[in-house]
Amino acid sequence: MRRFIVALIAGGAVTSAALAAQAHAFLDHARPAVGSSVPASRPIVTLWFTQDLEPAFSDLTVTNEAGQRVDLGNAHIPQGSPAELQIALKPLPPGTYLVSWHVVSVDTHPTEGTFTFDVGSG
Amino acid sequence: MKPFGAGAVFAAAAILLSANSAALAHGWAGQRFFPATILTDDPFVADEISLPQVTVTPPGPDGAQSTAVEIDLSKRITPNTGFVIGDQWQRLQPSGLPAVTGLGALHTEAQYQLFINGPHEALGLLGLNVIWAHTGRVQALGAPDFTTLAPTFNFGKGLGDLPRSLPYLRPIAITGNLGFGFPTKTESAGVLNPTTFNYGFAFEYSFSYLECCVKDIGLRAPFNQLIPLVEVAFTTPINRIPANQTIGTIQPGIIWAGQYFQIGAEAIIPANRFTGQGYGGVFQLHFYLDDLFPRSIGRPISEWW
Repeated sequence: MRRFIVALIAGGAVTSAALAAQAHAFLDHARPAVGSSVPASRPIVTLWFTQDLEPAFSDLTVTNEAGQRVDLGNAHIPQGSPAELQIALKPLPPGTYLVSWHVVSVDTHPTEGTFTFDVGSG
Repeated sequence: MKPFGAGAVFAAAAILLSANSAALAHGWAGQRFFPATILTDDPFVADEISLPQVTVTPPGPDGAQSTAVEIDLSKRITPNTGFVIGDQWQRLQPSGLPAVTGLGALHTEAQYQLFINGPHEALGLLGLNVIWAHTGRVQALGAPDFTTLAPTFNFGKGLGDLPRSLPYLRPIAITGNLGFGFPTKTESAGVLNPTTFNYGFAFEYSFSYLECCVKDIGLRAPFNQLIPLVEVAFTTPINRIPANQTIGTIQPGIIWAGQYFQIGAEAIIPANRFTGQGYGGVFQLHFYLDDLFPRSIGRPISEWW
C-alpha cells in the first residue's frame, strides 16, 4: 500500500511539473511595499506578479484618504517585464494612500487587490 | 493604458467573457483566496482534484484503525453549478483480527454557487451530498447498505473588511458547513441509522493575504504561500439514538497553496470517546485543474463547445 501511495503522489507531482500552464496572478511584492511607511513621496508604484499579465485588462490606481486619484493615469506593463505593472504618481504630501489593482493573467484568470502605504512617517 | 484597434477589441472581448467565468474558479472572493480544505467541504464550485488524500484514522472506540486512500474530483458544469465525485480504498485493521481491504462507499455532491461577495470576501454554496448504498464492502468494511441524502449550506468569510487598525486579524478566514444527513433506511443489521445534524468549520490564517494585502513582512516563496488552519467537524444524531453520542474530530494543520496545486497535512484528534482514542493524520495533494488546463478541461463543461 505504501508503494501505491508513493506512486500516486509521485505521478501527480510529475504530471504537474510537466505541464506548461499559466495560472492566477498573485501579487508577489510591491514598491512601496505593502503596508509600508516611506519617508518621502515616490515617483512611481510598481507591482510584481507571479504570472504574466494581459495588458488590456490590467490596471491600477492610487488614491488619497479623500478618495482622490493621485496617480497620473498611465498604468502600464513595462517593455520586457510582462509580470510587472507600474503607474506614475503626482508628488505626494504626507498621508496614507490606497493602491487598488486588478489584473488578468495571460490565460484569462482575473485577480484583484488593494493595499495601503504611508508617506512621511517612515 | 494604450489605445487598441478593432481586432484587439474583439480579442479583448473574448478574453473578458472568458475571464468572467474564470473569476468563479477555485476559491476566490474579491482579493481573498480560499484554499480547498481537507475535512470540511469547500464553499465554492471548482475544477480541482485531490490525488490522493491519505488518511490514517485514530483507533475507534473498539480499537479498530483504518487507512484510506481517497480521490475526489470537483468539476464545474456551468460557472455557477458543479459536482463532486469521490471514492476511497480502505484498509481496516480490527483489534485482534486480520486486516480487511476494499472500496468505501461512493459519494457525490451536486453544487450551486449561491453568491460570491468580493468586497466582503464572502461565499455561499448550496449542496446535496449523497453517499450511495452498496457501493463499498458492506459487511467487511462497514460500508453502508443504505443511501444517505445530505443537503448542506457551505459558506466562507474572510476578515479582510475589518478596519485597517486591526491589520493582523485581516488575514483570518472562516469557512463552514451546516447540513443534515437523512438515511434511506432506519436500520441496518440491527443497528439504528439516525438522521444527523452535521456541522464543521475551518479557521484559516493566510500568509499570502498578509503579504499581498495587509503588510509585507518579508516572507517569500514558499513561506508566503502557507495557510495554517484548524478544522473541526461534528455529527450529532437527532433521532433514534441519544443526541449525546455526537462524534467529531479536531484537525490542526497547514496548507501550502501554489500556482497549480496545494499540499496539506493535518493531525486528527478525536473530539470525544465516541469518536475514538489517540491520534491520526491526513495528507492531501490537490491539483487546480482550472490553472493546469485553463483552455480545456479546466473550464466549465458548458464552455467546452
